Amino acid sequence: MRKDYNLSKRKYVIGGFLCTVVLIYIIRLFNLQVADDHYKANAESNAFLRRIIYPARGLMYDRNGKLVVFNQPAYDVMIIPKDVGKFDTTALCQVLDITPEILAEKWAEMKSPRKNPGYSAYTPQKLISHLSQADYGRLQEKLYMFPGFFIQKRTVREYSSPTAANVLGNIREVSAKDVAADEYYRPGDYTGDLGIEKSYEKALRGIKGVEILMKDAYGRIKGKYEEGKHDVAPLAGHNLTLSIDIELQKYGEALMQNKIGAIVAIEPKTGEILALVTAPSYDPTLLVGKQRGKNYAALVRDPYKPLYDRALQAAYPPGSTFKPTQGLIFLQEGTINTSTMYPCYHGYVNRIRVGCHGHGSPIAIKPALQTSCNAFFCWGLKNFIDKRGTRPAKQLEKWKDYMVEMGYGYRLGVDLPSESRGFIPNPEYYNKSYRGVNWSANSIISISIGQGEVLATPLQIANLCATIANRGHFFTPHVVKAISDSVIDPKYTERHTPEINREYYDVVAEGMRMAVLGGTCRGAALPGIEVAGKTGTAQNPHGKDHSAFMGFAPYNDPKIAICVYVENAGFGATYGVPIGSLMMEKYLTGNISPGRKGIEERMLNSNTIISSGVKVH
Amino acid sequence: MESRYTDNSISVFRSLDWLTVLLYLVLVCAGAVSIYAASYDFDHASMFSFNEFSGKQFLWIGLSIIIGGVILLLDYRLYEAYAYPIYGCMIILLIVTIFIAPDTKGSRSWLVFGPVSLQPAEFGKFATALALAKLFDSYNFRLNAKISNYFRALIIIFLPIILIIMQRETGSALVYFALIFVLYREGMSGLILFSVVCAVTFFVVAVKYTETMILGIPLGEFIVFVMVMVIFIMLLLMYCRDTMVAIFVTAGFAGSGLIVTVLELCGLHINGLIYFISIITLACLYTAVMMFRGDIRKFLVTIGFAVVSVLFLFSVNYVFGSVLEPHQQGRIKVALGIEEDLRGAGYNVNQSKIAIGSGGLIGKGFLNGTQTKLKYVPEQHTDFIFCTIGEEEGFAGSVAVLVVFTAFILRLMVIAERQRSPFGRVYSYCVVSFLIFHLAINVGMVIGLCPVIGIPLPFFSYGGSALWGFTILLFIMLRIDAARKERRE
Repeated sequence: MRKDYNLSKRKYVIGGFLCTVVLIYIIRLFNLQVADDHYKANAESNAFLRRIIYPARGLMYDRNGKLVVFNQPAYDVMIIPKDVGKFDTTALCQVLDITPEILAEKWAEMKSPRKNPGYSAYTPQKLISHLSQADYGRLQEKLYMFPGFFIQKRTVREYSSPTAANVLGNIREVSAKDVAADEYYRPGDYTGDLGIEKSYEKALRGIKGVEILMKDAYGRIKGKYEEGKHDVAPLAGHNLTLSIDIELQKYGEALMQNKIGAIVAIEPKTGEILALVTAPSYDPTLLVGKQRGKNYAALVRDPYKPLYDRALQAAYPPGSTFKPTQGLIFLQEGTINTSTMYPCYHGYVNRIRVGCHGHGSPIAIKPALQTSCNAFFCWGLKNFIDKRGTRPAKQLEKWKDYMVEMGYGYRLGVDLPSESRGFIPNPEYYNKSYRGVNWSANSIISISIGQGEVLATPLQIANLCATIANRGHFFTPHVVKAISDSVIDPKYTERHTPEINREYYDVVAEGMRMAVLGGTCRGAALPGIEVAGKTGTAQNPHGKDHSAFMGFAPYNDPKIAICVYVENAGFGATYGVPIGSLMMEKYLTGNISPGRKGIEERMLNSNTIISSGVKVH
Repeated sequence: MESRYTDNSISVFRSLDWLTVLLYLVLVCAGAVSIYAASYDFDHASMFSFNEFSGKQFLWIGLSIIIGGVILLLDYRLYEAYAYPIYGCMIILLIVTIFIAPDTKGSRSWLVFGPVSLQPAEFGKFATALALAKLFDSYNFRLNAKISNYFRALIIIFLPIILIIMQRETGSALVYFALIFVLYREGMSGLILFSVVCAVTFFVVAVKYTETMILGIPLGEFIVFVMVMVIFIMLLLMYCRDTMVAIFVTAGFAGSGLIVTVLELCGLHINGLIYFISIITLACLYTAVMMFRGDIRKFLVTIGFAVVSVLFLFSVNYVFGSVLEPHQQGRIKVALGIEEDLRGAGYNVNQSKIAIGSGGLIGKGFLNGTQTKLKYVPEQHTDFIFCTIGEEEGFAGSVAVLVVFTAFILRLMVIAERQRSPFGRVYSYCVVSFLIFHLAINVGMVIGLCPVIGIPLPFFSYGGSALWGFTILLFIMLRIDAARKERRE
């Protein structure tokens, strides 16, 4: 019992502990709230204003160090509704050079819970965005007349030339969804939209800073709280060095004017994209500033869809540019060797008929590539799919795996948003579409010449060309070469090697070289540079054939691999080849040789958009 | 006898401790009003609107009162009889939670049932308290009788701790360490409690304040040395009860401290480490010489305290500074809330100090707080709710809340002490310990004195789970207390 009595005395220790802690806390509270003068001073001053300092968004340079995208100041008129006292509406309208109606409309917009879900009378709200320099100057002078108003400096994008809108992207105000998804954003912030601005948003945006200002009872700013001790300086975004050669890009866009289509140029050694042209395109400055909303809507309504990046979003039938892949597969699988010859009686004739054009027969792989013989590749596919001792489905599965390895059928993983996968059929696809009916090589024969179900993006075709230029490997194409104070995603420096021997790539490359020397691509020959190429003329259900070309140069030390795709422009040799060769010449030599000025002139001035069948209202 | 069963409910409400219930209602209502103030916005929604946190909180309070009522109507012996099964179920629930809970901000501790989310860790508290009480209630159980008794108690306490840490809710897990008070009350040596409190304090102080240097050593170390000296004197005075030695030691400390300060002011820099080590060694030697005057064991404990504390300080510094990698140090500091996660906790504390500080003596008035209104303090309706009180009701309001809370806990201690059975007493002390820990840590972190461990202020912070957890905890205790007169010993 005595022992218990002793233990019960321990309640005093526990109670004492509690009381001591509470006493310490009360002393601390007394210090914080009553004794400490500077907190008291703050208590008398009405409140702090936490003003966000926006970091400068990262700049973009092209591969040669030319500044491409930079920032210019813009000014937003902000208010804290609770602090807005009586003010002279007319004077404000005069200063801002707007009508009272517009002011009333902006005011209603700011308060509308639908348009501005984050509205609170206690926090800074944006009333008017993108003030001009002149308006800003006037308002700054008269700001004392408008309690509760202040000006927030922001930056908007400026472009050194009206080019590459599809690659660069633009910035827009965040949506309610963005704010909910990422706690970095507050309503009214900007975020990247389309292109690099979107895919590299996290690198470009930087880290926001904050300055804590003190206000008096009238809402007037009394200066920094504790001389800015608690301020946080913003951290500017990372600068990007693009792999794009902005001059080449500009030139490509000029060549593609009045046409629909795309150009993709890649440096084979690194997978860096030198130019990524889509046509028609638009001036990126359209999507900057006050007019953004209006212009954006106009671009969306444009029947030629300029916002649609055909270089990586459009899935086209690759046509004859697909033939090298077939040759590679047949060689690797032993279906053919370099001396295997197939007959061509103006086409592939074997119960069905696939037409071809005039050249010698029978024919082996290299001349078949040179003359772009349809029959050769049809026979190849026929012998590969209908191989004895196996089933067509199994062979097609194998075929599909090779195609995927070469970068077809799935997104390549370029560092730009909304890349398309293209389409490579697999056995299940045909089982489904030929429900119950046995399909054979003949049923699917057109895939061997890049027609039928097969679809590819210009980027995938250019990537194939880069793989052949490298004689058997590629790097995932990308548009950002370097990030300041950071590194690019390691996936862009990883080498991909399809399971096809290098010697077969040599064969295909030679075939493509022969096409330039004396085949379908004669127009691609450049003075003093060995070029290899492959034309494509793709039938399509939308009218006139698409004109395509892929090529690389110089033959023995490739520095550029290119794909040109022009919709409804007829033969590959009419538009694809000249545009491709001009691009390569421009990139490799810096100018166009006098003998080829005529071609350049013709390409710059031609118009194929009229045959596109797009109705312009 | 029979009438007792039929009139169960009446007798419960007759012998219920209404003072506690009243204090409970005061606290929860004050909480809901603060939540309204913390989340109050321009659109002046009603306090009771279910779109507001306060409206929902009133709903949770209503449900809590129903839960409390049900608990009171049940037979008190149920809680005793089913203590272990309840504990077992709760452990299983905690294990299941680790696997099925969705990942929310890195922790896997919330079970989601449609619109309602529950945090099982909050309900683990009463189950653990019941199990612990049941253990101490076993026939002839005395904590100090066998060492295995300690193990049994510690297993009951540590099982939920481990499971909750696995849910990545370190804060909620740390709460269970408060049960050391219960062990102390039931016979654990006071020296253990004392060492644990000292070790935790020294560790936190030494690791937290490393930025500023004083006398050539980090501020944290300086404070620890001073604390060791003060406690040394207190031990001599109150434990060894030797006023003479205490006065001499105090004189020595004060005199040497004065000399060092003067030298420092004259521009002569003294190495703090050498000074403190030598002065503490001298004090220990002096005490060793004088120890034959009284109870030798007590003097040895005092000297041992000084020596072990200094060694502990060095080993903390060594392990933290030399053995652990910087990122491991950072992770431990952030997990324990010692270092400020720049975007998170540190920012919160700074903001909450500004908000509280700007409250002044009597505050800015209800709903007039600007700091909390502007959402500068994240979590202001949950873990940082005290900051709204500080800003709007000022020093007076904050102290009032602390005083009511303290009165409430002290009242619970009175109830705990009047229990006739170990079961009731141990259970009640569990409740008291949890509340003390929550109050001390939560308020301490809001005013910047404690590590930022994200645990709620009981009855105040927004949230159903925490409120229901505490309500169940409290009302089981009240039910047991209401039956104290019926119990036959």
